[in-house]
Amino acid sequence: MPGPSTSPSTSTTRRRVAAGPLPPAFAAWFAARGWEPRAHQLDLLATARAGRSALLVAPTGAGKTLAGFLPSLVGLSEAGPRRKPRLHTLYVSPLKALAVDIARNLDAPVTGMGLDIRVETRTGDTPAHKRTRQIAKPPDILLTTPEQLSLLLAHREAAELLGGLRHIVLDELHALVTSKRGDLLSLALARLHRLSPEATTIGLSATVREPDALRRYLVAQSASDALSSPLWGGVGGGGVAGGTTTLDPAPPPPLTPPHRGEGNGPAMADLIVVQGSAKADLHMLDTGLTLPLAGHTAWQSMPAIYQLIRKHRTVLVFVNTRLQAEYTFQELWRLNDDTLPIAIHHGSLDAAQRRRVEAAMAAGQLRAIVCTATLDLGIDWGDVDLVVNIGAPKGASRIMQRIGRANHRMDEPSKAYLVPGNRFEMLECRAALDAVEEAAQDTPDARLGGLDVLAQHVLGMACADAFDPVDLYDEIVSAAPYEGLTWEAFEGVVDYVATGGYALRAYERFAKILRGTDGKWRVRDARTAQQYRMNVGTIVESARIKVRMTRHLRGKPGTVVPKSGRVLGEIEEEFGETLTVGDTFLFAGEILRFEGLAEDECLVTRAKGAEDPAIPSYAGSKFPLSTFLAARVRAIIADPFEWDRLPPQLAKYLLQQRKHSVLPGEKDLLVETFPRGNRFYLTAFPFEGRLAHQTLGMLLTRRLERAGLRPLGFAANDYGIAIWTSRDVSERIAMAPGFTAALFDEDMLGDDLEAWLDESAMMKRTFRQCAVIAGLIERRFPGQKKTGRQVTISTDLIYDVLRKHQPDHLLLTAARQDAATGLLDVARLGMMLRRIKGRITHKALDRVSPLSVSVMLEIGRERVYGEGADEILAEAEAELLGEALA
Amino acid sequence: MLLSHHLSPRAKGHGAGRCMDEDEILALGLRLEKTTKAAGLMLAGEALTLDRSGTLWLAAHRTLVVSDLHLEKGSSFAVRSGQFLPPYDTRETLACLHEVICRLDPACVVALGDSFHDARGPERLEPGDRAMVAALQEGRDWIWIAGNHDAKVSEGVGGRYAGTLAIGGLTLRHEPAADGGEGEIAGHLHPCGKVTMRGRSVRRRCFVTDERRLVMPAFGAFTGGLNVRAAAFEPLFPKGFTAHLLGDGRVFAIGRNMLGKD
Repeated sequence: MPGPSTSPSTSTTRRRVAAGPLPPAFAAWFAARGWEPRAHQLDLLATARAGRSALLVAPTGAGKTLAGFLPSLVGLSEAGPRRKPRLHTLYVSPLKALAVDIARNLDAPVTGMGLDIRVETRTGDTPAHKRTRQIAKPPDILLTTPEQLSLLLAHREAAELLGGLRHIVLDELHALVTSKRGDLLSLALARLHRLSPEATTIGLSATVREPDALRRYLVAQSASDALSSPLWGGVGGGGVAGGTTTLDPAPPPPLTPPHRGEGNGPAMADLIVVQGSAKADLHMLDTGLTLPLAGHTAWQSMPAIYQLIRKHRTVLVFVNTRLQAEYTFQELWRLNDDTLPIAIHHGSLDAAQRRRVEAAMAAGQLRAIVCTATLDLGIDWGDVDLVVNIGAPKGASRIMQRIGRANHRMDEPSKAYLVPGNRFEMLECRAALDAVEEAAQDTPDARLGGLDVLAQHVLGMACADAFDPVDLYDEIVSAAPYEGLTWEAFEGVVDYVATGGYALRAYERFAKILRGTDGKWRVRDARTAQQYRMNVGTIVESARIKVRMTRHLRGKPGTVVPKSGRVLGEIEEEFGETLTVGDTFLFAGEILRFEGLAEDECLVTRAKGAEDPAIPSYAGSKFPLSTFLAARVRAIIADPFEWDRLPPQLAKYLLQQRKHSVLPGEKDLLVETFPRGNRFYLTAFPFEGRLAHQTLGMLLTRRLERAGLRPLGFAANDYGIAIWTSRDVSERIAMAPGFTAALFDEDMLGDDLEAWLDESAMMKRTFRQCAVIAGLIERRFPGQKKTGRQVTISTDLIYDVLRKHQPDHLLLTAARQDAATGLLDVARLGMMLRRIKGRITHKALDRVSPLSVSVMLEIGRERVYGEGADEILAEAEAELLGEALA
Repeated sequence: MLLSHHLSPRAKGHGAGRCMDEDEILALGLRLEKTTKAAGLMLAGEALTLDRSGTLWLAAHRTLVVSDLHLEKGSSFAVRSGQFLPPYDTRETLACLHEVICRLDPACVVALGDSFHDARGPERLEPGDRAMVAALQEGRDWIWIAGNHDAKVSEGVGGRYAGTLAIGGLTLRHEPAADGGEGEIAGHLHPCGKVTMRGRSVRRRCFVTDERRLVMPAFGAFTGGLNVRAAAFEPLFPKGFTAHLLGDGRVFAIGRNMLGKD
């Protein structure tokens, strides 16, 4: 919401449209609140009213949302009484909760100015009767999500409903465009551009590294297409039945075609940038205690974090994994002598519980929330006065967005602490502090649109209406992520949708879409359309099972009463399957004892006493270190003059490494080999993130195996890998000096990678996601009963058969494309291998080095947990370090 | 082979991968009873060989038994639910069977029911796959035992049809009979065993036997499995059982108490 008149600097690129004053009613409403419209709000209003699309990049708290809606509110207020209601503005948010929240926030200006504007939300929770009514009698402003938009566009009435749109507002665009949801939304947007060519698109985004990518995303990318659309022939977009009314009684503002950049550059929306005026008040939390070399729990810092909570009004405590959230929550409550209201929020918890926490937060009843990325985006909580980030920051932009959650008024500095959990995380925190200081961004690059998403969209378009393939192709390539799609690839997708895309034409007579004599493709029947509707969307969650509290049957120890208690949340099925009765684990802030699986539920009881949970983790999200921060970390290590700015214990550690081995140069790769126990170790420090390192570990092990060195296993973290073998690697390198270079040669990304990918569990998981998105197999819904494994077909079996008999199938291509950037991070690995070519420093040591200790500590961490675990680690570390320094 | 499986979903969250393949886990962690490539077993006085392919070899009769081929399962999904699974399952299954037949050169092949996923499966066979079936039958006796999926198999795929079949002291039928006992060989249940070791689990198709009767694993490329700890197995093996899990290189005999539930 707008703040005081001391407006921060705003810059608008491209043709600057003179920002006129607000209409009187709006000016009065602002004035009544003691507000003045901000420059970017007026800029955006003028731009949108001139029929131009725009990207508004602004920090949180800049009144971004109101800015986004101002053109709609002003336009609608000027329209006067409408004869026939038509959808005027479509707002798309990545979060259902955010759409609902915005609806509430819009109420203030709408009722405050007595505007006759109807605002409604349409989410997965909207009841059927309301959905039907929304199509028959649309509101003026509809707030929705990308999936719901796709469903609307696949509706038979889509052209009528959406043909008169004037504004499309895309919120949190930076978060959407980097995922398959962004692909889906881009395709929806391409359709919207076609249905209502006069609509302007407004993108709202946090600061990003490459705003131009987002500017292109917002507008159609094919000039010939945009200019030949009916609008330019003078026909009103969509055309109201009877053709007598338009939305604006006044002549519409002159329309300008989406403009090209200077010269023949790509089409881009205007850019309006708001600079934050106040620098963040950001620190690394240094308790003075010595931190371990591995582990992320930051248990040493919990008392200090608790004191910070006591001294502030409301604190958001961000962590990187759900396990960490559970652990932190538990620890803070252990210290919570004042019984401060501290809550926990993460994606596995029961939705109702999450809503309660959010409501309590909004009502100002909480002093702290321990949360994961689930709260990275979204609802404005004005009262947060401190953000604490535990563990490694992982990315500069991520940390800036998290920090922005504090003090949602941009004229005041956001206050935040970074809390490292180990000495390497200190390095990462230092790098992140520098990045924030320079406002350097490391948001990911724009992505290439996925073929699986495209397949889903093509079926949806056939559900909406018969499509002409050439028209649809032109429309699709106008979406920035699909700009490079060839006609042949598009035909392949259509063929996939129709009959599965198999070289063996087995399914011709069951085709889902059929080509008529008019050359247009139509959906086969209502059942196929229903299948599309049931499977829309790109979020494929791993199958989950409910966690339910139960009680023991009286007089029968060891027997529990199923269905006797409440549901605490959900865990991944895979995790549930590895538990055995009696195992204890942390969940929903409690230590639970596993009692068994019953149907689709995981039954638990409360564990007795304060015993430490035995099972550490269930798969939670964990982000890899960004390339950008990694480069900074390497630079800090390489430059001893930088060490003054590091906590003394870290500087000392680096000195020890220099003394006992060597410190790698900024662009170099350090490889160490040494014996330990009856094994031989090879460690390497690429600093490219855990995912890329795991892939590297797989490939290196393959090569070492071929070289006869008998690798036994490997461990990886964000900074490096350790491989252990039963034959001496140092000796081999001494005999064959080129061995190290050959080992790390880029050609490992050829046949070795191919061979490994074919068998990789990660690849199978990636394939499964593509198969669900593309509609090859049907989605499993939460709560849906398991049908028994012998009935369903596992995607692993499908993958194996398909790769053997048609390795170039569309879904395998899609899965490979994902593997490059997703779970396997092959692209990043490739960059690293090119970077280090000819720059490998090998050091043969007689014992483990201080740097290698950090990655060695990853070995065997799986069954180790929490504070007790860190103590064990500390012991192991002391022993290892003792060896290193002896 | 050593490197094929260590990036398990469990390892993903922790940054560690281990170089142990499934066979190694099975071999190291479990009290291994048999380490031959194929396991031998005596049932009703007949010597059986449990082949690592999941087929059963009766050497004395030169007879190969294969269960639950579920041919044309992929295409049956297209018919019933409009899902276009890769239509290559039949040729994959037949190719695997071809390999076994070449290796053992049986005088007789018994397909122990559910050879086709549905009664109209034979009609949907691609010409190439149909020719493959004929080639496999060439020069040997071929018996289709009726299953619940293919009780009324249409003609045109060669061979003879039977409800049950007796070979020596053995009775071969698709579905294990409630009163079936000594010497029964059946399929139908698609048994699968799961072993969990050090946070990793391995799930494989298996033979199940209590040395009175034997339930065979499903052979088809698209056939899933039912965990042997499921209730369906209890009445068949009231006194416990041994599962013979199909490893990559051999068959592993594993006791019931070492097998996990799903």
